[in-house]
Amino acid sequence: MLYREAGQFKTTYAEDMAIFPISQDRIALAVLLGIAFIGVPLLATFHIWPFGSDYLLWAILLPFLILALAAIGTNILVGYCGQISLGSGAFMAIGAYSAYKLATGVHIPLAWLGFAVSIPPLPVLASILLGGLIAAGVGILFGIPSLRIKGLYLAVATLAAQFFFDWAFLRIPWFTNYAPSGSVNAPALDFFGLIVQSPIERYLLCLLLLTLMALLAKNLVRSNLGRQWMAIRDMDIAAELIGIRPLYAKLTAFAVSSFIVGVAGALWAFVYLGSWEPLAFSIDRSLQLLFMVIIGGLGSIMGSFVGAAFILIVPIMLNLIPTELGVPLSTETITHFEFIIFGSLICYLLIKEPHGFARLISIGKEKLRLWPFPY
Amino acid sequence: MIALGQFLEVLIGGLMSGVLYSLVALGFVLIFKASGVFNFAQGAMVLLAGLALVRALDLLVANGFPLWAAIVLGIGFSAVIMATTAWLIERFVIGPLVNQDGLTLFMSTIGVTFVIEGAAEMIFGSDVYPLRLFPTDAWFVLEGLFPGGILVNKLDVWGALIAGILVAGLALFFQRTKTGRALRAVADDHLAAHSVGIPISWIWFVVWLAAGLVALVAATVWGTKLGVQFSITFLALKALPVLIIGGLTSIPGAIAGGLIVGAGEKIAEVYLGPSIGGGIEYWFAYVLALAVLLVRPQGLFGERIIERV
Repeated sequence: MLYREAGQFKTTYAEDMAIFPISQDRIALAVLLGIAFIGVPLLATFHIWPFGSDYLLWAILLPFLILALAAIGTNILVGYCGQISLGSGAFMAIGAYSAYKLATGVHIPLAWLGFAVSIPPLPVLASILLGGLIAAGVGILFGIPSLRIKGLYLAVATLAAQFFFDWAFLRIPWFTNYAPSGSVNAPALDFFGLIVQSPIERYLLCLLLLTLMALLAKNLVRSNLGRQWMAIRDMDIAAELIGIRPLYAKLTAFAVSSFIVGVAGALWAFVYLGSWEPLAFSIDRSLQLLFMVIIGGLGSIMGSFVGAAFILIVPIMLNLIPTELGVPLSTETITHFEFIIFGSLICYLLIKEPHGFARLISIGKEKLRLWPFPY
Repeated sequence: MIALGQFLEVLIGGLMSGVLYSLVALGFVLIFKASGVFNFAQGAMVLLAGLALVRALDLLVANGFPLWAAIVLGIGFSAVIMATTAWLIERFVIGPLVNQDGLTLFMSTIGVTFVIEGAAEMIFGSDVYPLRLFPTDAWFVLEGLFPGGILVNKLDVWGALIAGILVAGLALFFQRTKTGRALRAVADDHLAAHSVGIPISWIWFVVWLAAGLVALVAATVWGTKLGVQFSITFLALKALPVLIIGGLTSIPGAIAGGLIVGAGEKIAEVYLGPSIGGGIEYWFAYVLALAVLLVRPQGLFGERIIERV
């Protein structure tokens, strides 16, 4: 009844090409953005339920925003370009450590050439974005095998990136500025004189970056480039025959994806963790991101958000439920139950809807258009 | 001569531990061949088999059974557990997901991994349980040729022997039995196999059972080596490059890949490791796999990937 596009005529090309062509969608998005940008900060400032404590912001919203960003990046590579990657965690790590090095100053002693490369510490925002760019560069490098290897073989090949960088950040002390414990601390989050410190400021920073990147990603996948990616995904040989260069399409997908994932990694380290070890970006992180895009829906930006929320929140809920209900279980048993239920839930979802939440949403929209009349 | 002796020792040690990787990789190959499922749960299955075996053994020995009876009963119990798991997986996960694409199937096996890990540890406990089925002491050979001889671990020799028997057994099973022939038919084209009357869900159950039994064998060897503990599941990750190098569809490839990876990473660790910080065993196999794939995208022994438009 409410969700009908009857009477909404498109009179210009621009209207036809809009991201959200139906006005109800635009209103819903505006309301959502309003809540996210104005509602949440207001509630949090005045400590109104559910923001009585910072728990919701710290434990759920902040990681959700950052991982949603990483999921969007992964989705570009896996969902839009069809190149399965198990190395997203490594690209998050590359983003994080490059940003860290740039923000604390880079010094490369090239004794054998007789001089040293020194870059003074850069501002935080520049470091984060450059960290993303460096991740993009490495992404291109590790994307080269994709020109020859396909499917699950490629997935295992990307594991090489994962394990190599896990090792590199653990064993090469240069990356951690020779920190004896191997764990590093993020610099103060100084944005042009504005120090981001309280949870709500961190939240707003991530939200802003996420919104910008999501918009960028959405527009990229609707563009010429995005269509090339999808053509490669659907059938690479046919795409090649109609004049799409696989080299260009695949490597741009790797670059864009790694950039977004790298920025997400830098945010994860700087804004969420504060101090971190390579373990924060292990293979588990890669699998988590892959779950997000598959449960959310391959080839859907919207799906990345839903998938990220699901994968992040379900384990937290599973962990909370027994304590809330007062069931006397040891933490160990709860962890095992969590594993079992989470695993079964994933299998169940994959069986019921292999195309993820994105498909469920579009089915829901179709149903809503007719609701409540059957015509 | 000392250098050569050391090299041989490293090489043999590497080859032997490579055989142990192959034991895990074999389970992957069996399932991939027959159902096109890239089974991430193989490591978890090794854990489950090992835990079931070691707990049953402890219980039986504590109740006064003689050791040989306890071993026989324990292995029987563990095999029954693996059969149940195989049936559950086929019935509730792989069966309903038939005809989905490889990535979805792969992710579903990761879901299965979580379930198996959680269930195995909940039922059988989550400590480190030592398992002593094979001798683990060292052996010195060729003492006449090299000063001090070459150190060989007896367990590794047992592992190699078992792997050899296993491969021979599997080859016989695939080539000579009716079920084996049906398995190959399903692997080739499951729709065609179905249409000539081969019961697919039964075949898939058999395959998962075979993978489960291979996991049980791997668990006896690895459990003796490391003790049965959660970290055994990471073996799955170690077995992936082995698979890729050998080719996803080839049983001899799994063995050859294991040998290459085992020898390669030990040699690299000993001769290359010290100069770049050590611990390169962690990623060397993957980089090796990447290099092999660049030359042969289907692995060394894999079937050529032919694409039709």
